[in-house]
Amino acid sequence: MAVTLAATREAYGKTLVELGKINKDIVVMDADLSVSTKTCMFAKEFPDRFFDMGVAEQDMISTAAGLAACGKIVFASTFAVFGSGRAWDQVRVSMAYTRLNVKLVVTHGGITTGEDGATHQANEDIAIMRAIPNMTVIVPADAVETVHVIRNLVKEYGPSYVRLSRLSSPIVYGDSNYDFRIGKGVIMKPGNDITIIAAGIMVYQSILASEQLSKEGISVRVVNMHTIKPLDRELIIRCAQETRAIVTAEEHSIIGGLGSAVAEVLAENMPVPMSRVGVKDMFGESGKPDDLLEKYGLTSKDIISAVKNVIKRK
Amino acid sequence: MITSEKIKELENKAKVIRRHIIEMISRCQSGHPGGSLSSADILTVLYFHKMKHDPKNPKWDERDRFVLSKGHAAPVLYATLAEAGYFPKSYLKTLRQIGSSLQGHVDMISLPGIEMSTGSLGQGFSAANGMALACRMDGKNNHIYVVIGDGESQEGQIWEAAMTAGHYKLDNLTVILDHNKYQIDGRVEEIKGIQPIADKWRAFRFNVIDGVNGHDIKSIIKALDDASKAKGKPTIIIAETIKGKGVSFMENNPLDFHGKAPTKEEVIKALEELI
Repeated sequence: MAVTLAATREAYGKTLVELGKINKDIVVMDADLSVSTKTCMFAKEFPDRFFDMGVAEQDMISTAAGLAACGKIVFASTFAVFGSGRAWDQVRVSMAYTRLNVKLVVTHGGITTGEDGATHQANEDIAIMRAIPNMTVIVPADAVETVHVIRNLVKEYGPSYVRLSRLSSPIVYGDSNYDFRIGKGVIMKPGNDITIIAAGIMVYQSILASEQLSKEGISVRVVNMHTIKPLDRELIIRCAQETRAIVTAEEHSIIGGLGSAVAEVLAENMPVPMSRVGVKDMFGESGKPDDLLEKYGLTSKDIISAVKNVIKRK
Repeated sequence: MITSEKIKELENKAKVIRRHIIEMISRCQSGHPGGSLSSADILTVLYFHKMKHDPKNPKWDERDRFVLSKGHAAPVLYATLAEAGYFPKSYLKTLRQIGSSLQGHVDMISLPGIEMSTGSLGQGFSAANGMALACRMDGKNNHIYVVIGDGESQEGQIWEAAMTAGHYKLDNLTVILDHNKYQIDGRVEEIKGIQPIADKWRAFRFNVIDGVNGHDIKSIIKALDDASKAKGKPTIIIAETIKGKGVSFMENNPLDFHGKAPTKEEVIKALEELI
């Protein structure tokens, strides 16, 4: 298939502007990264509803909570490492315990942050965000889905964490007119022998893997599990029942992220052979994103070998 | 002009609030009496004289808002809200009990009148800034008050929030520092000193009203009135207070009563002093 590339953060910036025109309650904040997170687009259009909090992520999240307590719909952005890690306690107490309407939308998630190295590669953010009660946690598969996510978040009250990428990534949705619902996984490709459950940029890698595997006679179902929390348990259980084997794929540590969440559901409901593709228990390093994906085991090749190993255990 | 009758009335109200604090904490044998007692007069003046609010309509859009950033002083806020009529005084008996709306640290979801959940220090101040920004955007003619502690002033977030309030010139915000000079581990100046505190706030672009006697109703009122008049800057009132104020043996041993409940005998003695 012809591959179109687009950056999820660009889609985010544009969607904020679109929504900001319609809804005057939308307020956007950033912590000195607005050019990178693309909230600068909103800032330019609506300077009175944009607050740059400087390099102070903790202050940003609690301030966002105060704005939300007065009825604002607040989008707060920074890099994934800082939004999830630096401000974790503020997300927990000011934003989630209070169930306030703050949307923490972060960019530069995962190892493809690249050259900035380990300090800036968030490989643990999904784990620590999904552990917090009341939080919705979403990793869109591409720029098309990002638009759906942001539009839906404005309609749905409550705290959430959305993880976007730095890079332009392949569009997996040729048609943007699909049934997107928070908390409902999407079957991207049908298949009977095994299901790959993926999120973010790994959805595309999973589709590539399934195409290669089908040439080898293995029928692979691919699920885009964009919402890590609340997790679509029903779909996971159905896939386990129907294909009897599961591989997860995520640009995140195998500890605590999508793979762990799926394993929890399987272990308690429908144990089947499974394997997690993701960053092993280690920090990343500086490098070109593609080289890092290769080195840290996050390519379609890695998914293919995981699939083959799991099928042997069926 | 405030009448001497009104002053007397407020002084009595503060005494009633202090009695609630002692009774609540002794009933559940857990909580923070020292820092609750030290801010009792400040909250009394705010809720029974200064603030525009309506206990019958806690979500009134035009209300002034109060955030207790030092969330461990929850008993003083609960006692004040109950006295103001936000909820029945009988609730006070349930402090820190399982299933109660009166959580160990204040929870905005479980109880009317709580504007922000606090307990992790520093966060309430930032949230108050957010409220001040929102109210200013909406053109509201109201004011945001936030009480912070001096131990809390060691938190980095206090200074991030101070920078925000100063930068955004939040003159609809008043911070009140309950300067009782003690934290759990000892005297603030011995643990990690915060002096010169007034200079710090000036450097952070605040209008500073310092040397205010935080237990003198008249002085508190004057400071709050001056704060309302300040334009183009947020104000901080540095209220000199005494940890455990109103109960002699707590005042004399503030370290024993930061986070410890009084014994039965101590409660009787304390309540005798608060008549």
